[in-house]
Amino acid sequence: MELLVASGVGVLTAVGVYLCLRGRTFPVVLGLSFLSYAVNVFLFATGRLVVGRPPIVDPAAPGYTDPLPQALVLTAIVISFGMTALVVVLALRGFLEAGSDHVDGREPGAEGRR
Amino acid sequence: MNLALIALLPFLGAVLPPLLIRSGRNVCALATGAVTTLALALLLVQVPAVFRGEVVRASVPWLPQAGLEASFFLDGFGFFFAFLILGIGLLIIAYARFYLSRDDPMGRFYAFLLLFQGAMVGIVLADNVLLLVVFWELTSLSSFLLIGYWRHLPEGRQGARMALVVTGAGGLALLAGLLLLAEVAGSYELTTILERGEAIRGSALYLPILLLVLLGAFTKSAQFPFHFWLPHAMAAPTPVSAYLHSATMVKAGLFLLGRLWPVLSGTEAWFLIVAGTGLLTMLIAAWIAIFKDDLKALLAFSTVSHLGLVTMLLGLGTGTAALAAVFHVLNHASFKAALFMTAGIVDHEAHTRDARRLGGLFQLMPITGTLAILASLSMAGIPPLNGFLSKELMLEEALHTEWWETGRLFPLLAVAAATCSVAYSFRYILHVFLGPVRDDYPHRPHDPPTGMWLPVAVLVAAVVVIGILAEPVAGPLVRLAAGAVTAGAAPEVTLKLWHGVTPALMASGIALLAGLVLLAAFGPLVTLREALWRPEAKRMFEATVDALAIGARAASEAIHDERLQRMVAWSLLAILAVGLATGWGGIGPGQRPGLAMAPLAVLLWAGAIAAALAVAAFHHQRLLTLIVTSVVGLIVSLTFVWFSAPDLALTQLSVEIVTTVLLLLALNYLPPESPRESGAARRGRDAAIAAMAGLGVTGLLWAILTSDFALPSISAYHLAESKPGGGGTNVVNVILVDFRGYDTLGEIIVLGIAALAIFAVLDSTFRGAAVERLRTWSHGPEAADRHPMMLVVATRIMLPLALMVGVYIFLRGHNQPGGGFIAGLVVGVALIVQYMASGWAWARARTRIDYHALVGFGVFVATATGVGSWLFDRPFLTSNYGYLHLPLVGEVELATAMLFDLGVFSTVVGVLVLANMARVAARAEPQTGAPTAMDSVPEPSPPSEAPAPSPHAPAAARAVQEA
Amino acid sequence: MNHWIVAPVALPALVAAFIVLAARFDLLLQRTFSIAATAALAAIALGLLLLAADGTPRAYLLGNWPAPFGIVLVLDRLSALMLVLTQLLALAVVLYAASGWDRQGRHFHALFQFQLMGVNGAFLTGDIFNLFVFFEVLLIASYGLFLHGAGAARLVTGFKYVTVNLLASTLFLFAVGTIYAVTGTLNMADLAVKASQVGPEQVGLLRTGVALLLVVFAVKAALVPLHLWLPGTYGVACAPVAALFAIMTKVGAYAILRVHLVVFGGEGSPAAGLVEPWVVPAAVVTLLLGTIGLLAARTVQRLAAFSVVASMGTLLLALAMPGPAATAATLYYLLHSTLAAAALFLLADLVAERRGPVRDTLVAAPAFPQLDLLAGGFLLAAIATAGLPPLSGFLGKLWILDTLRAHPAWPWLWATILGTSLLSLLAFARAGSLLFWKAVAIAPPPAGDPPPRARPVLPLVATGAIVALPVLLAAFAGPIARGLEATAAQLHERTGYVEAVLGPRPLARAAER
Repeated sequence: MELLVASGVGVLTAVGVYLCLRGRTFPVVLGLSFLSYAVNVFLFATGRLVVGRPPIVDPAAPGYTDPLPQALVLTAIVISFGMTALVVVLALRGFLEAGSDHVDGREPGAEGRR
Repeated sequence: MNLALIALLPFLGAVLPPLLIRSGRNVCALATGAVTTLALALLLVQVPAVFRGEVVRASVPWLPQAGLEASFFLDGFGFFFAFLILGIGLLIIAYARFYLSRDDPMGRFYAFLLLFQGAMVGIVLADNVLLLVVFWELTSLSSFLLIGYWRHLPEGRQGARMALVVTGAGGLALLAGLLLLAEVAGSYELTTILERGEAIRGSALYLPILLLVLLGAFTKSAQFPFHFWLPHAMAAPTPVSAYLHSATMVKAGLFLLGRLWPVLSGTEAWFLIVAGTGLLTMLIAAWIAIFKDDLKALLAFSTVSHLGLVTMLLGLGTGTAALAAVFHVLNHASFKAALFMTAGIVDHEAHTRDARRLGGLFQLMPITGTLAILASLSMAGIPPLNGFLSKELMLEEALHTEWWETGRLFPLLAVAAATCSVAYSFRYILHVFLGPVRDDYPHRPHDPPTGMWLPVAVLVAAVVVIGILAEPVAGPLVRLAAGAVTAGAAPEVTLKLWHGVTPALMASGIALLAGLVLLAAFGPLVTLREALWRPEAKRMFEATVDALAIGARAASEAIHDERLQRMVAWSLLAILAVGLATGWGGIGPGQRPGLAMAPLAVLLWAGAIAAALAVAAFHHQRLLTLIVTSVVGLIVSLTFVWFSAPDLALTQLSVEIVTTVLLLLALNYLPPESPRESGAARRGRDAAIAAMAGLGVTGLLWAILTSDFALPSISAYHLAESKPGGGGTNVVNVILVDFRGYDTLGEIIVLGIAALAIFAVLDSTFRGAAVERLRTWSHGPEAADRHPMMLVVATRIMLPLALMVGVYIFLRGHNQPGGGFIAGLVVGVALIVQYMASGWAWARARTRIDYHALVGFGVFVATATGVGSWLFDRPFLTSNYGYLHLPLVGEVELATAMLFDLGVFSTVVGVLVLANMARVAARAEPQTGAPTAMDSVPEPSPPSEAPAPSPHAPAAARAVQEA
Repeated sequence: MNHWIVAPVALPALVAAFIVLAARFDLLLQRTFSIAATAALAAIALGLLLLAADGTPRAYLLGNWPAPFGIVLVLDRLSALMLVLTQLLALAVVLYAASGWDRQGRHFHALFQFQLMGVNGAFLTGDIFNLFVFFEVLLIASYGLFLHGAGAARLVTGFKYVTVNLLASTLFLFAVGTIYAVTGTLNMADLAVKASQVGPEQVGLLRTGVALLLVVFAVKAALVPLHLWLPGTYGVACAPVAALFAIMTKVGAYAILRVHLVVFGGEGSPAAGLVEPWVVPAAVVTLLLGTIGLLAARTVQRLAAFSVVASMGTLLLALAMPGPAATAATLYYLLHSTLAAAALFLLADLVAERRGPVRDTLVAAPAFPQLDLLAGGFLLAAIATAGLPPLSGFLGKLWILDTLRAHPAWPWLWATILGTSLLSLLAFARAGSLLFWKAVAIAPPPAGDPPPRARPVLPLVATGAIVALPVLLAAFAGPIARGLEATAAQLHERTGYVEAVLGPRPLARAAER
């Protein structure tokens, strides 16, 4: 199981990194959300993997998984959501303003810098 | 303490002239003079002590941590220079009053002059070597301002920059040299350092120290090959030249050589470098001076030559030579200052200083003529003037100097230099003052007002008196100063005109005759020199600087080309490098027993991998990849469910939905496809980086998952305290709103800020290029049927349900999975969907809430809840559970946590709605082309204020109009 | 427990929220609140500095939970110092912006207050995950401020700025996760204790986590090659924002001091000694590239931007040196470079605003109103930045040169610092003589200053204050240096910090009553 999660996170990271290196804003945004998937699972997994022991206090419970990483991941998810929302809007506005959705705001061939 | 004052007075006084210029030029000049006089008086108070051979000291700590103390000391040598600087400064101030024209800003001139004066005095009085560097660089700076005083003249600007760079560079070298010197000597105070000569000359660092210090001294004193800046500094007003190049700026280098003479001199290296450079400079500059038609240029090069003379004498390293050096500093200061002033007078009266256009001025301006002739005779070394005495001493020394294993070469060159100096001195007399009166002067000259020639007269008087009565007048002072240079061993030399017929006398006789012959052959000589190649120092310097700037620009703009892909690539490479270098070998799997692989899990895993890779492969089709991405997100939330994290799963799911919605909206406007533009090589490189990153993360996580905590986690406490301390059974939620409620506060504030930022960004959509694009978009084919009936109906039914669900999730949050955040997301999504389905205008018209208010309210409530706990004298964000001993405890026990969560809830709702880009659609909707009043009310700006001048002023103006 | 410790975070948060809630339609009201709040913050910060001056670090247990289980704020000399620096800078900036810049877009003052909250929070926190949260707060606020006034250039550059920083934030989480997975704690003081107890088999993980954290902070501190985002960003942000950003790079430097020096730098800490080998070479290159950029700059604002890069190179070079003396020198240079850079950005804007269409591009243009005044300001700022006597830049470099002697390669480090000083001197001399001297040659300054259209005097006052500070920093170098030495000593003597955090028990909880 551990291997699955570790490798899965690895692949998500790799894909995220690859997309972040693309030349257009949209794939970069996708890449960033891939990276946040990856890092969320990673952070969550630092509490180690436990099945069937949710951190809901209950006298009958045999035990609990580590609740702290979960709380951290929640915070992280929310923050990365805010960031993603902003970056999406930026991508959109940049495109509307510059007329190109290239990350540098101009079509590769196009001249006219400075 | 007085000592510090002598140096600081001019700095403090520098504020006076700019202020007093309002009350007239005379007041301004008098005030400046008063400052200098006061400083001079303070100096003269010390005379008895100094002549008793005492060393006066004063010290104030400044930055002792770095060895920098504001400590001063006054001995014979320092006194000698301080006296010259202040004395001649006084004359210059008087002269400048009459020299400057009405439209020259005199206040600024005197201010700069005083700054410079203070810096010079500081150099000669400084005890701490670092303090000396401070003043040293201050002279560079203030001379930069003085040389560039006529800022409208290009020569002025270039000359100023050149002087600043050359002398500034020397200053930095000097700094390094003195730091090392201090390290070797074990002290930053000159008074101590000067006693450690043996240790310093013996140390391994002696040569580096010597070279660095000499670099500083030679650049300042314009020694070959750093001499080129000085002539170009002549673009300054003549009083400045007279001051900087006779008594002060350029003498600073000589002062330094004399100051460090006891510790650095007396070695082979010292003799070869210092004496050699001095001799060369003396000869070359004198030769060039002969041919300069611009009087100031002629004097400039003669200055360089005489500086070389003094340097050479100091380089010889004998006591008598040192005395001769000191004596010549005095004499040169007197006649050269006088000569510069006469040149200034000629320029001022005849409106030219070109020797070829002058001549015969003696009849027209007899006073100036007499003074000029006396001064230049002294420069030529004609008895009975003071120039003669020091030149005799110089030749005397030169005749006894071995160089390159021969006793002939050195004297020969010295005499040659003397010959040239005779030649240019007499040229200054013949070609300017003697000869027939001409009728083609640009302006018919006559003697200037008394105030202008009086300072010159004072100096010339000194020239004559010192010449005739050398011993009684100058003897004691010179011996005192020389004694300080040679550290005690005051050479017993009496200054007198007649030593009998010595080799030196014959040598100067030869020099005199040869010089006159040289001048007689002036015409042919010029043609000869024109034939020879001459390096253009200034052009070379400018070229170097320009090349430097161009090279820098090319390099910098190649590196900082603002390309995101490069930024990202470099960041990733840096991360990989550091991560691998640190983790390699240190990280490996541990012994923690793993969980058994469940088939379903494998299936999900495979699905996720496949989806992810598919996204990477087909990322050009944007809609497709977006959908596949959300599949990945779904699997991620399933992972959370699987590993007992229901809250995470819920949150991840709802965030996933909202994000997808946002991306869909964005995709609405963005191009549907990404062009294939990166070549195979680039893709390969990126894939490699990505693979490395992926492997790295896998390894890291694998190592973590297969090993236990090295030390017990703090979360055990959270589990234990959740119910008793936090009053909730859902530990994650209790951590969020209580144990780490502060994080959550930060988190929702991030959301709030995101909302504001997004709103601000979208709000500007209506300015600039975006408008046009939107208009074309809105008339595109997509515009047809933008609000399908089905969708509208469905969403309207959905809304109340969503609200109910939201409230439910919110309420159970503290004990069961859920909470304000998730509830907020659910409600928010429901609202966004309304906007999407029924259109912005429709929804706007039916909402009473302003979502800014909602966000503001949320953040405010959450923070206020935290502050509230102060009332119970508990720290920020202490949950209030249990403090209110009311009945119905069940009701109140979660009071503050609940309130806090409410803040979270409303922030999230507000954020979602503000973040939703349907607003852009609203802009594009033809019927509501202009911003609807409700959500983008531009701040009304008071009509009195004009729109702020800024690159976006027009935008601002439009914003105002929109209001 | 002293509630004032949390005020630098709580106050701006409340004010910002209030502005959004109640004052969003009235710019005048926003200005009033924003300026008043910033002034109050400055007063509070000074108060806290006096409080911390007694040398005992103070912990503030948020939510009244005992460390390390809850989140703590820690007020020690360093955090207090950074707070004061930030508020002083902020006060000048908000006064500057209040004369028109804040009208260029929406929500300037709210974002500004949130920005302060984020920075202050980062300086105060004693918990690494909370440090992440406040990094995000200050970052997203900075995105908002950066985009203030919009325009294509800012939108496009903004996307890059955000993307690079999001990568850094992701890495931050990876690093924190790794560190937690080994030590099971997030509290800095607790980490300082537990780091030395980690078994050999997991030391590698810990070191990796800590090293990755260094990279995160290096992005903030613009260390080569992670500096590429800076020139563009600082070059196009609106002037007051760019001036405020002068503190951002210092947040990175602060974080390295706090985490890598105090928390993991102790003897016996397996994660010690990570900084020097990486940072020294990178810092040298940073200094060189920054200086080259100075020579290459085409606008005054980019000149200022590259001066930030160069100064960060010098600063990090000193930061990487061992021993309290080096740390003290670092702090002095930190104070200096923040103020000098801010001064340059504001001056760039004042000049640009007066020069008409050419703005602040370094091309010859006619003289403009108040030329002499601005020339004087520029001269001082340039002297300070280039590190010439007698201003703080020189003293700072002098001190740093002194501490570099410890390093085996000191001659090269000296040569780099002195050589780059000369080049920046050259760059500023060229720029200055072009802006203020050549201008007069083209056309003399319009007669009758003050100019026909009266200009707001507030920006001049604010800029004057910022320009004056390096002068004071130099004049009172002695006492200031003593304070900084005490600060550095406190950082290197870690036990006080640890005890302050892990010592205090929370106040009685009601449940136990």
